[in-house]
Amino acid sequence: MTTVIRRASRRAAPAPTGPPRLTFRQRLSRADVKWSPYLYIAPFFVVFGVVGLFPLLYTSYLSLFDRDLLDVDGAFVGFANYVELFADKQFWTALGNTFSIFVLSTVPQVVIAVLVAALLNTRLRAPTGWRVGVLLPYVVSLVAVGIIFANLFGTNYGLVNGLLETLGFDRIDWQGNRFASHLAIATMVNWRWTGYNALIVLAAMKAIPKEIHEAAMIDGARAVRRFVSVTLPLLRPTLIFVVVTSTIGGLQIFTEPKLFDAMPGSNNGGSSNQFQTITLYMYQTAFETQHLGYASAIAWVLFLVIIIVAVVNFLLTRRLATTGAEDDR
Amino acid sequence: MIALPTVIRRRATGNKRASFWVYGLLIAFLLGSVFPFFWSFLVASRDSSMLAERVPPLIPGGNFLSNAARVFDSVPFWKALGNSVIVSGTVTFTTVLFSTLAGFAFARLRFRGRNALFLFVVATLAVPTQLGIIPLYMAMAEFGWAGQLQAVIVPNLVTAIGVFWMRQYTAQVVPYELIEAARVDGCSMIRVYWHVCLPAVRPAAAFLGMFTFMTSWNDFLWPLVVLNAENPTVQIALERLQSGFYVDYSLVLAGTTLATIPILIVFVVLGRQIVAGIMQGAVKG
Repeated sequence: MTTVIRRASRRAAPAPTGPPRLTFRQRLSRADVKWSPYLYIAPFFVVFGVVGLFPLLYTSYLSLFDRDLLDVDGAFVGFANYVELFADKQFWTALGNTFSIFVLSTVPQVVIAVLVAALLNTRLRAPTGWRVGVLLPYVVSLVAVGIIFANLFGTNYGLVNGLLETLGFDRIDWQGNRFASHLAIATMVNWRWTGYNALIVLAAMKAIPKEIHEAAMIDGARAVRRFVSVTLPLLRPTLIFVVVTSTIGGLQIFTEPKLFDAMPGSNNGGSSNQFQTITLYMYQTAFETQHLGYASAIAWVLFLVIIIVAVVNFLLTRRLATTGAEDDR
Repeated sequence: MIALPTVIRRRATGNKRASFWVYGLLIAFLLGSVFPFFWSFLVASRDSSMLAERVPPLIPGGNFLSNAARVFDSVPFWKALGNSVIVSGTVTFTTVLFSTLAGFAFARLRFRGRNALFLFVVATLAVPTQLGIIPLYMAMAEFGWAGQLQAVIVPNLVTAIGVFWMRQYTAQVVPYELIEAARVDGCSMIRVYWHVCLPAVRPAAAFLGMFTFMTSWNDFLWPLVVLNAENPTVQIALERLQSGFYVDYSLVLAGTTLATIPILIVFVVLGRQIVAGIMQGAVKG
């Protein structure tokens, strides 16, 4: 590329006046080199600007108005929506539900994913077949997952309660009891994502040099000891990566609680909002009760919550990663 | 003594065949993974009365086709399938096209502001754009796009994760020399992209395509906001089925089974590549 241009300018050099004159083709080629990159990256920036950045900024503007879906000229109310929000019991309930479901769905998921990855890391017949198998739930849509599990966890006719009764336990009110409903929703999340995360952990396990295991082996460490003292510490960055990526999605959980409701089509997240999440509350406020200003305030607060959790995660990651590096030495 | 290291190596690296217990646990995990599919087909192939039994029969009945037929009567399911194919197909095509182009530019072209702009792309990965749906809905209503498929297509034309992924992959597999050689031979930029870059990044582009198709096919919140029951995607039609006052589960689960079958077929055919893509992305991650 540079060769072409240099040769062109050398040929033009003897011309007595001004800058070298280029033929149309050469100028075209120069423009091509200069402007093509911008053209190629433009679609992303245009799309992100129009449907990502602008709506987010406009959300913060809207949150300062008392605006309804049909009433175009809502009054400017300053931070009144936020003041109201912080005194709103339903908001705090939804925030608590979101964190509760998030924790219940992240912790067991990581533990089981590591165990499944360890199983997959043994010498299996048809290894790819098993890997495809554990990924199977990942292809099912969230809506289908929500419908199927709402049926399995049904209070009167659900299979889970049927099994519990057969085994001599009491039925559990999976919809009505707050903790039970969080557990049921977390089960959906875990069911869909554990296999996916197991594959990510498996990839990290495969990347651990065999020499480290051999050294531990010569030192007399048995399989379990090697797993705890060698494999786990080296997996730490990957585990944190898994946790961090599930944070942003986990805090915006919407489909599962919406479809879990025993009252179909409802956005309440249960009769007393016992499993309504923040995104579900935002959706309800914007598109059911149609208070766009107030819903925008909810969206913006959730945005800040996600940023804070992400930053905490990031700092935690760095600290844990450095400690991990020191351990290795 | 000479044989010892080999023995140790073999044992340490797990060259021993996996034990009975490993298979047992994996089979248990797989059964757990498959059971909800099986259950929904089971209910869909009988009638809802089976749910009243405490220990329901575990053999499929013969009503699946009649339940499936009722799905098509209750909601515009053919239309929903067609809409989902149009939306996911278009979004997949444009995402792969724009992501490979931008990945090519970020990885192998020199231009002012390249690093800063790429950093911006990475930063947007963390932005929950889902939270901007209120103004986005107002804008779509303003354009008269509410209820139309383009309202679901346009916001998803290209994603940050796609650009990021293709940039990383292109930087690994396309050497600078190859591009310069093509330039010397007189290729324009777009021909370099088409004849040099695109063939080299095809595996990553294929994975991105599958990933995008599945994400788009399964998308729910935004279509729920902007589309309506007359012109739904598959997911919206499913939600409609479940929204009746009385939920007929053999009908609803026939719907979920029907909606899952196409993507299940795609998965059975391309599962190996999807697994490879996820594991590759993880190591680079």
